[in-house]
Amino acid sequence: MRALDKKLLRDFRRLWAQALAIALVLGCGVAILLTTYGMYGALEDTRAAYYQRNRFADVFASANRAPQSLVEAMRNIDGVRSVAARVDEHVILDLPGRVETVTGRILSLPVSGEMMLNLPIVREGRLPSPTRTDEVAVNEPFARANGLRPGDTFFANLNGQKRELTLTGMLLSPEFIYTIGPGALLPDNKSFGILWMSERAVSAAFDMQGAFNSVSLKLDPSANEQDVIDRLDDLLKPYGGLGAYSRDLQISHSFIDAEIEQQRTGAMILPPIFYGIAAFLVSMVIGRIIALDRAEIGLLKAIGYSNAEVCLHYLLLAGLIAVAGMLLGWGVGTWLSHAVAQMYASFFDFPYLVYRMSYGSYAISGILALVSVGLGASKSALGAARLAPAVAMSPPAPPRFKRTILDDLLALMRLSQPMMMILRSLMRWPMRSAFTTLGLALAVAVLIASSFFEDALDAMIDKTFDQTNRQDATLFFAPDIPETALAAVADLPGVLVAEGQQFQAAILRHGHLEKDVAIEAHRPGIDLSRVVDSAGRAITVPRDGIVLSRRLAGQLSVGVGDVIEAEFKGGRAETHRVRVVGIVTQYVGLGAYMDLETLNAMLRQAPRISAANLLLDSRQIPALHAVLKRTPELGGLVMTNEMRQSFQDTIRYNVTIMTTIYLVIAVLITFGVAYNGARIQLSERARELASLRILGFTRGEVSFILIGETMILAVLAQPLGWLLGAGIAAALVEGSSSDLYAIPLVLEPSGFARASLIVLAASLVSSLIVRRRLDQLDLVQVMKTRE
Amino acid sequence: MPEIVFKTQGVTKVYDTGELKVHALAGIDLELFAGELSVLLGPSGSGKSTLLNILGGLDHATEGRVWFRDLELTALGDRGLTRYRRDHVGFVFQFYNLVPSLTARENVQLVTDIARDPMAPEEALDMVGLGHRMDHFPAEMSGGEQQRVAIARAIAKRPEVLLCDEPTGALDSKTGVQVLEALKTINDTLGTTTAVITHNAMIRKMAHRVIYFQDGRVARVEVNDAQIAPSEISW
Repeated sequence: MRALDKKLLRDFRRLWAQALAIALVLGCGVAILLTTYGMYGALEDTRAAYYQRNRFADVFASANRAPQSLVEAMRNIDGVRSVAARVDEHVILDLPGRVETVTGRILSLPVSGEMMLNLPIVREGRLPSPTRTDEVAVNEPFARANGLRPGDTFFANLNGQKRELTLTGMLLSPEFIYTIGPGALLPDNKSFGILWMSERAVSAAFDMQGAFNSVSLKLDPSANEQDVIDRLDDLLKPYGGLGAYSRDLQISHSFIDAEIEQQRTGAMILPPIFYGIAAFLVSMVIGRIIALDRAEIGLLKAIGYSNAEVCLHYLLLAGLIAVAGMLLGWGVGTWLSHAVAQMYASFFDFPYLVYRMSYGSYAISGILALVSVGLGASKSALGAARLAPAVAMSPPAPPRFKRTILDDLLALMRLSQPMMMILRSLMRWPMRSAFTTLGLALAVAVLIASSFFEDALDAMIDKTFDQTNRQDATLFFAPDIPETALAAVADLPGVLVAEGQQFQAAILRHGHLEKDVAIEAHRPGIDLSRVVDSAGRAITVPRDGIVLSRRLAGQLSVGVGDVIEAEFKGGRAETHRVRVVGIVTQYVGLGAYMDLETLNAMLRQAPRISAANLLLDSRQIPALHAVLKRTPELGGLVMTNEMRQSFQDTIRYNVTIMTTIYLVIAVLITFGVAYNGARIQLSERARELASLRILGFTRGEVSFILIGETMILAVLAQPLGWLLGAGIAAALVEGSSSDLYAIPLVLEPSGFARASLIVLAASLVSSLIVRRRLDQLDLVQVMKTRE
Repeated sequence: MPEIVFKTQGVTKVYDTGELKVHALAGIDLELFAGELSVLLGPSGSGKSTLLNILGGLDHATEGRVWFRDLELTALGDRGLTRYRRDHVGFVFQFYNLVPSLTARENVQLVTDIARDPMAPEEALDMVGLGHRMDHFPAEMSGGEQQRVAIARAIAKRPEVLLCDEPTGALDSKTGVQVLEALKTINDTLGTTTAVITHNAMIRKMAHRVIYFQDGRVARVEVNDAQIAPSEISW
């Protein structure tokens, strides 16, 4: 090994604490990039592989009842490769030993037993026999959540007939990677399941012989999707078509899309912060090393080392730090990726996870680490290269302090000499002070940007549950029932109040902009599922128009007073013009609200309801379930309190993990910046501080100078950090908002205070660690050595 | 007539600090010969170090020309000067300038790693009498020992010229003599052209020639026919 390389390794070993502090920050960037980028790739690859192997359809449509003969016409649409028609109905289940009503969707399996599209994977057991009418398969998560095994039996209410069914198998399907019941906010595998049954049995039970109500299409790669959707709509219109849609509106698909998008946003926002801070720290440390090595640089040049070799020597020192950070990041990132992958595997129902830790993500995160650190070191290293040997050999001129207006100001403030020393030094190195402040500010920002989620969650829950949806339960009916039937609902056991609500599928258009929505309609004066404006007031939807959620209004680019077109889907496919009479702020879904009578008048029918919101006597809930299990019209059931609890638990769990990770990150950043800053100060001022000790200053007074500088910068960093944190939070909110939900930007003073306290405490601890070195300073030795 | 190794013609050096111009060298015409040991004497600021730096390719002359044999140093750029230093020159400085994180052997190896025809680091250290201290770090050695490591480092490349700037300046008389003996041995056995800057007039007695500096000029040159051994020198 060359002597210069030995010097490199020994310098690196001597610098271990500072190098580690930087490597930790850099490692964070590498690990996060690796994880987010890796998960982004894993989700996309897994989904793509799953879709391809199991022939996930491209276009979906449903209707009330379409004849089988229509399938041939669909096959003839230009660009359609295959068509799979089926019966898709809701079902009420009575599971052994379970009081609560369980709802589900039942899908018919083709007679031939051979499925064309959306092939389920049999995870355990087998598919139901095409000839048996009492066999059924269910989605695996549902079976697991309810402890069902092949061979078990349970009761189902199929269109009013109670039947005993035997479970033959547990399946997974590309259609149900994310399975969510009607009206639910999160998957609830205990209460909602997907059932597969022979077509013969389903058709007979629901009176659908020779007909279908759900169809999936696979297209040629060259096909024009929109053309196919239009043709399909034309074909299905006479049969109550509800409008065909492509994958991006398929529920399971769009949820995964939202998650993939979130990973992408994460990969964009956070890693650059770490790479940037690491670059700054490296520039600070290498700059100091080079200042200390000045004479050695002169020597190396005198004995014939070229400028390039000297420059490379210091770049390699930075490179070692980068490699340490990279290896650390790769290690943690690999572990974290697997942990996150496990989390996804439990959250999404994938049969497998295609998780190739792509060499690409390792390479990119590593190269970025090297590049950012290289950039950080380059200025100092080039300076070392440019240093003329004769100049390098002579000691550097002492830093030039000049009197400025600021000094006069300081003099006026009658500050102590140590305070003066701190302030002069800050002004002497303005760039370094500025970057240290920025680094600490980013630590504050990271904390604010993560802690705001918790406050946002509280706001979301308050708005969604306490203000908007105050019912204990919601019953969904499929199809709609006449509003007059609400009286029967009110007579169900335990029901204190029952309020009706109608959902009408429609396309809203404004100019060239359009959006598929479900218009919610109810009567004025309802008290349970209310429409609440941003100030928290319940508003009555005016009779003469439509109220839109803010995000929907934004997507359609409309304001109050504008007129939009509403094309109703299903039964009466008519288009009406309605005026936007109000806009409300909401976090979940794209809400559109109308008065029940107005909507039904447009549809020229007596008022109907799709759901009933109930206030319940909790003691009678078991009795209510007993009746609901025998109610064939019931399409779905949401128990609000349970949903709220599971929503809170799920999100709280994720938020806790995330907040912890960010806390560690912020502390690492603070440590990296504050520790290195203090170390460099100590190195520059060792003589000065030793002189003060010799002059009679106490250890405490001397360390005040050292700690004071770091802490002044830490305090200055706070307002900047608050600002940056609010900005990052806004960017995260923007990046994670989708049609499904939007996270509100809620910034509470407590979040700011917590972030500041953590960063100030971490800064103090970091500089106290350096202070210990100050205590160990050998006064005589320091004064002897040549600076 | 001995072979000329260094030849300077009207060399000046002006340091421009912005506020005032300092004439460190005010026209130097000088020749140094192969195999000779010359001592450059003169008070602080008389231009000795500046000239040595220019001869060693560490610094550029403001005006005038400098040759090393047929190579015109004043015509070389940075890259050429680096090449020149690497292949031909050995330096010894007042403050030793050892790399503290490298042992004696490794400090010498710094040079042998990049030289064309180096001797083994061990051999160089033997020549300065430090064969037994090879694996010590600078902090574990006395000043005289450190300076001898620096000399070993300078000669390990078998340089044609050895330029020493106050090699005994930081040493007491006894250790200083040891260093001078090392220099003398090199000069005698390897025939290396050696130039030694010093404040110490006693050292002139071991030189072939003594060059006196005053105010950036060569005041006079004295040929010393009766050189004495370093062991006879003391201060």
